[in-house]
Amino acid sequence: MIAAARTMTIRRASREGRNVVAVLLLALIVLALSVLSLSVGTRDVGWADVLAGLAGGVDTIGQAAVAVRMPRTLLAMVAGASLGLSGAIMQGVTRNPLADPGILGINNGAALAVVLGIAWFQMSSAASYVWVAILGAGLTAMFVYAIGSVGRGGATPLKLALAGAATSVAFSSLTIAVVLPRNDIAGGVRSWQVGGVGGATFDRIELVLPIMIAGLALALLSARKLNLLALGDDVAAGLGERVAVGRGLASLAAIMLCGAATAICGPIGFVGLVVPHACRLVFGVDHRWLLPCSALAGAALLLLSDVMGRIMARPSELDVGVVTAFIGAPVFVWIVRRQRVRDL
Amino acid sequence: MIGLLGALFVLTLALGQSFTPLADVGRVLLGQEVPGASFTVGQLRLPRAVICILAGLSFGLGGVVFQIMLRNPLASPDIVGVSAGSSAAAVFGIVFLSMDGASVSLFAIVAGLAVAMLIYVLSFNDGITGSRLILIGIGISAMINSFIAYALTRAPAWDLQEAMRWLTGSVNGARLSQAGPLLASLLVFGGLLVMLRRDLETLRMGDDMAAALGVQVGRTRLLVIIGAVGLIAVATATTGPIAFVAFLSGPIAARIVGSNGSIVVPAALVGAALVLLGDYAGQFLLPGRYPVGVVTGALGAPFLIYLIVRANRTGSSL
Repeated sequence: MIAAARTMTIRRASREGRNVVAVLLLALIVLALSVLSLSVGTRDVGWADVLAGLAGGVDTIGQAAVAVRMPRTLLAMVAGASLGLSGAIMQGVTRNPLADPGILGINNGAALAVVLGIAWFQMSSAASYVWVAILGAGLTAMFVYAIGSVGRGGATPLKLALAGAATSVAFSSLTIAVVLPRNDIAGGVRSWQVGGVGGATFDRIELVLPIMIAGLALALLSARKLNLLALGDDVAAGLGERVAVGRGLASLAAIMLCGAATAICGPIGFVGLVVPHACRLVFGVDHRWLLPCSALAGAALLLLSDVMGRIMARPSELDVGVVTAFIGAPVFVWIVRRQRVRDL
Repeated sequence: MIGLLGALFVLTLALGQSFTPLADVGRVLLGQEVPGASFTVGQLRLPRAVICILAGLSFGLGGVVFQIMLRNPLASPDIVGVSAGSSAAAVFGIVFLSMDGASVSLFAIVAGLAVAMLIYVLSFNDGITGSRLILIGIGISAMINSFIAYALTRAPAWDLQEAMRWLTGSVNGARLSQAGPLLASLLVFGGLLVMLRRDLETLRMGDDMAAALGVQVGRTRLLVIIGAVGLIAVATATTGPIAFVAFLSGPIAARIVGSNGSIVVPAALVGAALVLLGDYAGQFLLPGRYPVGVVTGALGAPFLIYLIVRANRTGSSL
C-alpha cells in the first residue's frame, strides 16, 4: 500500500519533471522559430543582420527586412498563442474534440461584425474593429452553442460542427450581401476572408495585447475549473463547483482570445483544433499543463505556418490562414476517424 | 408544379426593366423576329432564365438525394463540401491555368468527383456512417474554402462580380451555349437519380432495413453520390455554387408534397423555381443588383437555423 503510494508519487513527480522539460523545449522551439521568421523571406537575412536589426539598426537592406518582419513575427506569436489557448478552452468547456473557433464559425462571426461596422457605422479606427470583433465572436459563440445543444444529447460533436458550418455559410453570404453594393469598402473587406499576419504593425498589436493578456490570465485561472468540468456536470456540481460560473468564465476567456486574434489577423482556422490535440498527446488531460502548453504550441504552429507560407510561394507568400487550413484539415479528419461519433 | 414553374419562366421573360407583352414573348420563343422584343427577350432574358432553370433543377435534385441518403436535411452538398470542390477547381483553373469554357466545366466535374470520393474514402471505416461523412465533409470544405479565398485575393484584376460567382453563385452573363452541358448532365446524372429514387426512399428507413428489403445499400449509395456530384459539379462550373439552393429545395418540397410520395422530382422543380425567383428578385426587386446567390443565401440563412433547431429537437427526418 505504502509502496504503491510511493510509486504513484514518484510517477507523478517524474511526470511533472517530464512536463517541465517539455515546456522548456516548447519555449525553445518558439524562440528558434521566431528567429527563423525574422531571417527567412523573399530575401534571406544572415545572423549578423538579424541581431543588428533586432537592436534597431536599419543600415543594410537585410536589417530593414528584419525591422519589417519584427511586428509580423510578434503578431504570429501572440495570435497563435491566443488561438491555441482558445481552442483548448473551447474543447474543455464543450467537452467536444472538434471545437475550434474556425469550425464553429466564430471567426466568421467576428469578421461579419467588423464588416457590418465598417459598412453601416462608418467605423474606421483599428481600435473599434477589435471591440466589434470580440462582440461578434461572443454573439456567434453563444448562438452556435445554443442551436447546437438543442435536443437530446446536448451539444454532440456532430451537432455543434453542423451548427457551426451552417452558421459560417450563412454569415459569409451575409458578409458578401453587405459588401457587394459598396465598392468603396470592398477592397479592404476582402482581406477579411482569409487570415494573414502580413500587414502587422506594432500599433495594432498594442491594441489587442491587453485583451489577450487578460484572456490568458482568465484562462489560466479557470484551468482547475475546466479539470472539474471534464468529469461531467453532475460530478463537478457534486464536488461543490458552480458549473455555470466556471463555464462562463472560461468561455469569456476563449472569446476574448479568439476575437482579439481575429480582429487583427482575419479568420485563421484550425490552430485551435490541432494544437490542443497535439498537446494532449504529450501532456495528458490536466488543464493546468494543457492550457499554457497550448498557448506555446499555438505560437509555434502559427510561426511555422507563416515561415512555410513564405518559403513555399517565393517570391510572393501564402497567407498563413491557407497554410494552417492545409495542416489542420488532415488532423481534423484523423480526429473524426478515431472518434466514435454518435449517429444523429 | 410544372405549370407553376412554366408560368414563372414566362413571367421572368416578360418582365424586366421594361414590360414585353406575352404575345411578343411567345413569338420570340417560336423563333420569329419581333422588333424591340427579340433582343431583350431572346438575347438577355431567355439565356438567363434557361440557365436558372437548368442549374436550379441540378442543385435541387443533387441536394435532395444527398439529404435523403444521409438521412439528415443539413447534409446537403453545399454544407458537406462537394460544391466547394468544384468551385475551387473552377477558380484554380481560371486564375492559375487561364482555362475557359468547356475545359473549366470538365475540370470542375473531375475535381468535384475527386473531392467527393476523397471524403467518401476518408469516412470509410468498416462501412460508412452518415455522421462521419458529414463531419469529414465539413473539415475538407473548410480547407477548400480557405483555398478559394486565397485564390481570389491572388487574382489581381479580378472584378468583384466575377469573384462573387465563385463564392455565392450568379447567372450574370449567361449564354445559351452554356445550357448544353447542363442539359446533358441533367439527362445522364439526373436520369440515373430519378431511376434510383425508389431505392433511395427505402434507404431512408435505415441501412439494415433497406438491405433486408433487397436494396444493395453500398452500390446504391455509390451511384447516388456519383449522380449527385455530377449534377452539382456541372451546375457549379456554370453558375458557381448558388448558396443554399441544394439545401433548401428538399425541405420545401417535403412541406409541399406532404409525407406521402417521393420528394425527389418535386425538389428539383423547387430548386428551379428558387433560382429563377432569386435571380429576378436580385435584379429588379431589391435596391441595387445582387447576384442570385446572395439572395438565396440571405433567404436560406434563417430557414437553415430554423431547420437545425427543429431537426435537433425531433431527431432528423426531412
